[in-house]
Amino acid sequence: MEIAWLWGLLGGLLIGTGGAVLLLGAGRIMGASGIVGGLVDGSGTHRGATLAFLAGLIGAPALLSLAGWSATTGATSQIWLLILAGLAVGVGTRFANGCTSGHGVCGLSRLSLRGLVATLFYIGAGVITVTVLRIGLGL
Amino acid sequence: MRGLVFLLSGALFGAGLHISGMTDTTRVRGFLDIAGTWDPTLAFVMGGAIVPMFIAWRLTPGRAPLIGGVFPARPDQDITRPLVIGSILFGVGWGLVGLCPGPAIASLSYGGWQGGVFLVAMLAGMWAMPPLRRALDRRGARA
Repeated sequence: MEIAWLWGLLGGLLIGTGGAVLLLGAGRIMGASGIVGGLVDGSGTHRGATLAFLAGLIGAPALLSLAGWSATTGATSQIWLLILAGLAVGVGTRFANGCTSGHGVCGLSRLSLRGLVATLFYIGAGVITVTVLRIGLGL
Repeated sequence: MRGLVFLLSGALFGAGLHISGMTDTTRVRGFLDIAGTWDPTLAFVMGGAIVPMFIAWRLTPGRAPLIGGVFPARPDQDITRPLVIGSILFGVGWGLVGLCPGPAIASLSYGGWQGGVFLVAMLAGMWAMPPLRRALDRRGARA
């Protein structure tokens, strides 16, 4: 699709606006791994508000799909790959204290050195992983 | 009021991930596949998301959040080992399947069993991190 970049830009603006709403409204950083991780390991505060955030995060794409704007994840069906990847993303983002939204969107926009370093390392590791999988293993 | 702010933020985040194509793992892995047919969409998403956030950060000095409290203080800018190792581990997992925490949750309604397995494994990893970290710290203290 030729206009993928335009939808990307528009979607990005929406994501950033969501982050701005959470920051200016509640003084919180919109990091997906921090918000969910805090709920999972019990370190987070404001459980009710966190659940409302998740309801919006899950509900908006569900409503868009119902309205006819369908999407698929196209994820692999290799179960060991899904488990391994999920574990790595879960442990890694909590060790690093952030993921694409926290370190990437919120960190880079704050000119945070930690955000920049994290972003360079996870994109670098992602590029190497994808390249090795495709060229080396044909996945 | 807090719940409303969180709901609105989550909905904007989810809608943005959905329409930008970031819940599509082929698009995300296409961005990481710089040696293949590179898909630049993710760069536009990141760039677009940084603009409102950059403005928001500029608005914080001398103000307070709408519902009260204080804005998050600037954390230490130390480049620590957990930051680097954690980010590498995250990047490997991200590259393997093409899902990061936001899209993994946002795509729950249409991600199928594959999305469910990834999500459960991710939550298990998040849950296991604090005890894992304590164990590593103990070993580090002995060494």
